[in-house]
Amino acid sequence: MKFFGKIAPDLLAMLGKKTDTVLYPQVKTPVSDRFRGALKFNKERCVGCKLCTRVCPAQAITIEKVADKEFKAIVHMDKCIFCGQCVESCNKDALENTNNFELACSDKSSLDWEI
Amino acid sequence: MALDLFYIVIFPGFLFLGAISLVFEYIDRKLYARLQNRIGPRWYQPLADIIKLLTKETIIPKEADRRFFAAVPMVALAATTAAFLYVPIWSSRSLMPFASDLIVVLYFLTIPTLCFFLAGWFSSSLFAQIGGVRALTQLFAYEVPLYMALLAPALLAGTWSISGITAFYHQHPIYLLLNIPAFCICIISAQGKLERVPFDIPDAETEIVGGTFTEYSGRLLALFKMTLNSEMVVVAALIAAIFIPVFVQSAILNFLLFLVKVFVIVFVLALMRASFARFRIDQMISFCWKVLAPISLAQILVDIIVRGIILK
Amino acid sequence: MSKIMVPLGPQHPALEEPESFNLLLEGERVAASQVCIGYNHRGMEKAAESRTYLQNVYLLERICGICSHSHSTCYVQTVEDLAGVEVPQRALYIRALIGELERIHSHMLWLGIAGHEIGFMTLFMYAWKDREIVMDILEMLTGNRINYGMNTLGGVRRDVTPEMADKIREAVGQLQERTEYYSRVILGEETVYLRLSGVGKLSKADALRFDTTGPVLRASGVGRDVRRDDPNGIYPNLDFQVITDDHEDVYGRTVVRVKELLESYKIIRQILDQLPDGPLTVKVPNRIPAGECISRYEAPRGEDIHYTRSNGTDKPDRVKVRAPTLANSAAIAHMLDGGYLADVPIVIAAIDPCFSCTDRMVRVTDANSGQAQSMDWESLRRYSAQWYRKQGMDFSRIPLR
Repeated sequence: MKFFGKIAPDLLAMLGKKTDTVLYPQVKTPVSDRFRGALKFNKERCVGCKLCTRVCPAQAITIEKVADKEFKAIVHMDKCIFCGQCVESCNKDALENTNNFELACSDKSSLDWEI
Repeated sequence: MALDLFYIVIFPGFLFLGAISLVFEYIDRKLYARLQNRIGPRWYQPLADIIKLLTKETIIPKEADRRFFAAVPMVALAATTAAFLYVPIWSSRSLMPFASDLIVVLYFLTIPTLCFFLAGWFSSSLFAQIGGVRALTQLFAYEVPLYMALLAPALLAGTWSISGITAFYHQHPIYLLLNIPAFCICIISAQGKLERVPFDIPDAETEIVGGTFTEYSGRLLALFKMTLNSEMVVVAALIAAIFIPVFVQSAILNFLLFLVKVFVIVFVLALMRASFARFRIDQMISFCWKVLAPISLAQILVDIIVRGIILK
Repeated sequence: MSKIMVPLGPQHPALEEPESFNLLLEGERVAASQVCIGYNHRGMEKAAESRTYLQNVYLLERICGICSHSHSTCYVQTVEDLAGVEVPQRALYIRALIGELERIHSHMLWLGIAGHEIGFMTLFMYAWKDREIVMDILEMLTGNRINYGMNTLGGVRRDVTPEMADKIREAVGQLQERTEYYSRVILGEETVYLRLSGVGKLSKADALRFDTTGPVLRASGVGRDVRRDDPNGIYPNLDFQVITDDHEDVYGRTVVRVKELLESYKIIRQILDQLPDGPLTVKVPNRIPAGECISRYEAPRGEDIHYTRSNGTDKPDRVKVRAPTLANSAAIAHMLDGGYLADVPIVIAAIDPCFSCTDRMVRVTDANSGQAQSMDWESLRRYSAQWYRKQGMDFSRIPLR
């Protein structure tokens, strides 16, 4: 059956209910355990195979040798598409995704992370 | 002279109307948000919006008629403020009541709509012109039922003065029930007058960008926004004065009553805004002429008959 | 009455993406219309040729934000077919599960957009609020709200645990309740009916003539659905109906989408009941044997087609994507003609357009002579290098990948 204002009673019922939106910066909703956020690099586990560099679809990660058996990762978080393929490809679990998604910043160069 | 200036600029004129319209804009937006299960704006948001717009650069298109483009928003705001002076707020009498002030208020309330048309027309932009033409088309559709519905109670009361009407219904409150259809028509047409959903056809964002206001920015847009907000308060106050004429002795209590009455009407307007989709212009016109106009005509007939037979 | 030309787009509040519609208006009526697409060319097919098959999964997933899983599944199917691997059953079930969840979130999103286009913001807010339920489920399963990254060559990357299955069942129950509410209340709201019915008429014959696909075609009474007609994966094991409607207008398209939501809930329940045990992936070699393959997939917006040609290396020789919007966009001009200006946004929105997915080419037109020419990769690069040199930048020494 069709008539004008069919939804109005349900709207009035909404007045007493808790809102579904939150004031974001003050209130944060949780992210899932599987969420793929900013990368974390465990340098003690890296063996420098550079598989992550090769599989990355966005060329966002490079591994550099610092000293003997010691490596550092240069991650361009602005290029990263957060697919998590590097984490999955790494045989030594040297890379992992954190649940940090708040990467917005006003200076693009600060997204080039050396970790 | 100084007192007149005080009336016009501060109370109940420009500043008071501006302040109260911001309050009711906040209430309207907050209610609209809560009906949609959102948090809605903070209390200072309407003021912040106006301040933001006032500080922005005003861009006037090269093609537009500069003088008219800048003058039209001021005329619209001035007309709404002028209308407010004749609407009762703290007593059953307005500030400067005279014999047929209802007609004058209605006349003043038509000016903003005409200004919207002129604003769209002088913008020389396609979308603004379509919006302007739509505003004018819509004017002819809702104005007739709105006037008839507002004049029906006046006919029953036998006077064109707002204070006379309130005084009449104060004496014969039973006749208020007779005017309920007219009250509903007034609320519906008021949505058209205020260009809100379902009658926000002249500035339908998804169809014609900003409609009439497409080319407006900065201070001039702020004036238009203030016009629309104040218009909402004035229309709500007018409807409240004519259809809910409840007044007591104390001026302060009357003022609080005024706020409550306007709040009730704004609540109904917000509920309507939330529960409908936008009409198409042809549907709007046929709805106004085929549904609202006959009902308001019948209302007038009933009022005339009652006046002629019972109140003789 | 004099006619005026109104350019709707490339930038317009009703359009989520840049595309342009030139409308010849006669008062409020549209006398003639012209659809111009091509503002969104991103060179993805070319980019796919310089990436490995695995990297392309993530690249092609980003063709579309809404039907990302459709594109990646469609592409992965071609590669798996070329490599000749048998994907584990459990992986196929999970793929179908994500696909159906994606259909739910896409249709919910569309419902909200439709509300926005007809000025019914409450519908927009409510539909998107309920969409959050399915978005949360997708985030729980895959880690992301969109661009799930669930597919990989030879299977899926993440498993569905029994606890997750319970949560999905619960969420589907909630969604079903909400969807039934929509079909009762929203489709019963008079103003919505007034705005949707009789708008954007597309008869059955026209729908077939313009080669439309997806809900647009099904709302014109043609029951064509890849999931049933050319099933891949596990769809033959599932029991569902292909929804059709004979309103032939925007109202019909709304009805089809709302009913498809209900079918999707049915499918998801079946998938969760039937979910077999087994491995998630099977090894796919880096180098894919030479050959070519075409794959079809029923995306939320219609039939999605991917074509892949391999040359025996680890990078594809050619990838071609036909997004559903390309098929539907031909019918837009026909649907707009004779309608009202006010109906233009909802008619365009009713095909659920995704013009970023669609655009595959840019026509280079000389601004002075107005002559159009087609350019190959090399000449386009030479042209751009010259153009930039005139601006004082030299890019010609950057090597081509």
